Amino acid sequence: MTAPSPLPRRVALFATCLVETFRPAVGFAAIKLLRDAGLTVAVPPGQTCCGQPSFNSGDREGAKRLAKRVIAEFEDYDAVVVPSGSCAGMIREHYPALFADDAQWGPRAARLSAKTHELTAFLVDICGIETVEVERSASAAYHDSCSARREMKVLSQPRKLLASVDGLELREIDEPEECCGFGGTFCVKNPEISGHMVEEKAKAALATGADMLLAGDMGCLLNIAGRLRRMGSAMEVRHVAEVLAGDTQTPGIAEPEE
Amino acid sequence: MTPLSSGGFPANARDALADEKLQAALVNVRTIFRGNRTRAVAATPEFEALRDAGAAVKRHVVENLDAYLERFIAAAEARGGVVHLCADAASARETIAAICRGEGAKLVTKGKSMVTEEIGLNPYLESQGFTPVETDLGEYIVQLRGEPPSHIIAPACHVKKEQVAETFRAAHPHRPAERDLSTHEALLAEARAELRARFLSADVGITGANLLIAETGDAVLVTNEGNGDLTQSLPRCHIVVASIEKLVPTLEDAATVLRVLGRSATGQAASSYTTLSGGVAQPGERGGPAACHVVILDNGRSAMLGGKYEEMLRCIRCGACINHCPIFAAVGGHAYGAVYVGPMGSVLTPLLQSLEEARHLPHACTMCGRCAEVCPMKIPLPDLLRRLREETHAAALTSARSRMGLRLWTFLAQHPSLYRGAGRLAAAALRLAGRRAGALRRWPLAGGWTRFRDLPVPQGGGFVARAYRGDRTGRAAEGDGADGQ
Repeated sequence: MTAPSPLPRRVALFATCLVETFRPAVGFAAIKLLRDAGLTVAVPPGQTCCGQPSFNSGDREGAKRLAKRVIAEFEDYDAVVVPSGSCAGMIREHYPALFADDAQWGPRAARLSAKTHELTAFLVDICGIETVEVERSASAAYHDSCSARREMKVLSQPRKLLASVDGLELREIDEPEECCGFGGTFCVKNPEISGHMVEEKAKAALATGADMLLAGDMGCLLNIAGRLRRMGSAMEVRHVAEVLAGDTQTPGIAEPEE
Repeated sequence: MTPLSSGGFPANARDALADEKLQAALVNVRTIFRGNRTRAVAATPEFEALRDAGAAVKRHVVENLDAYLERFIAAAEARGGVVHLCADAASARETIAAICRGEGAKLVTKGKSMVTEEIGLNPYLESQGFTPVETDLGEYIVQLRGEPPSHIIAPACHVKKEQVAETFRAAHPHRPAERDLSTHEALLAEARAELRARFLSADVGITGANLLIAETGDAVLVTNEGNGDLTQSLPRCHIVVASIEKLVPTLEDAATVLRVLGRSATGQAASSYTTLSGGVAQPGERGGPAACHVVILDNGRSAMLGGKYEEMLRCIRCGACINHCPIFAAVGGHAYGAVYVGPMGSVLTPLLQSLEEARHLPHACTMCGRCAEVCPMKIPLPDLLRRLREETHAAALTSARSRMGLRLWTFLAQHPSLYRGAGRLAAAALRLAGRRAGALRRWPLAGGWTRFRDLPVPQGGGFVARAYRGDRTGRAAEGDGADGQ
């Protein structure tokens, strides 16, 4: 895809709940990648949750309340970038539907939707970036989150960027279309089924023999990393932004700190 | 046969995950069905266009159902058929039993029909003194085992061939005890021999229909075993049982839908047998029944017209959503406690039966979206499931704990400082307990998570406040984070 019109000048980062609480390093890595692309990055301070947990639990009104906050907080920027296919998908795919019958919020949701992007897709498709200048000697398997793959059509972009990491060998996981079993609140509402699914995914990741497991969504990453640890595996698990930004010194997800 | 109960889904799912034989059988569903569809779609460059065309046909039918129903009735009756419109399961059962009684029937053969499962036809016919015999191999197996089908197109996909051999030995005591039943071929030959006599002596044959063609009055049935043909052409009376949304306007439209049906279901360009049947044997015709009845069932479907679940009426029962559903792949069909299983079943069961009873089913989904991706009719299954979740939420059919959690979350997320404070506090507590290990094996109130996986310990410190660290004019501090606004 070629980059349309001029580059967005003012980009806002929507960090997501799991980055805020579990892994701030992903947010800082995203800022670095966006700055390296020559962009001015803002982190709007009023941001919290996109509302997806409420939306997928059937609490449409709760979801709307949170969506309105996100719209108001982010609508003045040229683009919104999210280091998650899932939260980006919520804004892009579901906000317009949430407000379809709302004359005031409907158009605002539609405008925000049109300029919201998953991080790696934004870098490749909008900024036209094809390579990063970092080095990491390792083999890595890349896991596609369901929302990245299906809602946001993010498939080639992270792989393209990872392929440019000096020394990194990319491997594919068997049955890559299969969900890891996270599913937001699904993993605690249906723990046995989720446990079964993540077991399968962790086994498939291990079967690649790769040193690292990477993905673009913290939900999948916490889920699979947690299962890998429970299985006694020390496979390094990271968000793709960390590797692309050259931040692999901090311990990986679920790795001990010294 | 124990009555189906979708309310038991959580316990059923646990049992299913612990059932080693079932788990071994489900691996085949996952690999064979998915692989076959993938290859068939890859070999059909126009598949996307076909999907659009097929969905357009069904959309048009759903919007004009009354007109096509009238047209079908007129065409079928012109050929000597009798059409019965049944509002609910009970009236359909009674109508069918009355026809059988009128024929003086004893033995009733059946081709595969999920609608007859939906109306609980077999137990009813038995209670009325008839002997219904399923003739689809999978259906025959589950009937002998006293089970419901576990899949709409592969009714016995939950059993391995060794279990089928046991079932046959118990059901066919007149056969030599030492016979070899170790191969698929041997099992098939035995079923064929057993069923042949039934085909020939049946008084009434009942089949389902994949499509009803309004312009011709024909019912279309696809099978891979030819049992549908023997069921509908040998007995003197043929009963078609179909639900109202099976209508299509023309033969041409039927062909369009059939092209996506076979590929989506079993990966076949066309099923081995595609049979059209309409009306009674005409003067000069050498075969065909003397009496033909078409029982058209509503059972809650017309209530879906014009509403937020109308798109579900496009469903052609191909099973692609089931075959690609990771939840079905984990627990199989019986866990759903319903006639229709997997994503399509989790939409239909609450609508056709009871939302309260089926309250777990719309939540038994990770929203992975694969079902919608493979649905030949482009039904937005996850969206429909989410709408049903909204109904369970509104009707307080979800757990008090989850509702309380949602309220708390929505409140916190509207107060950024509180939200971040709570997040940092939680992170700090987790770090205190587990930073050395990197992950925790258990944590209070996180049992659903930690029963199957460790809980990764957060890095801590929060992100937004550190990245922003700006003053009231919105200018961010240098170095640590963002560039302000």
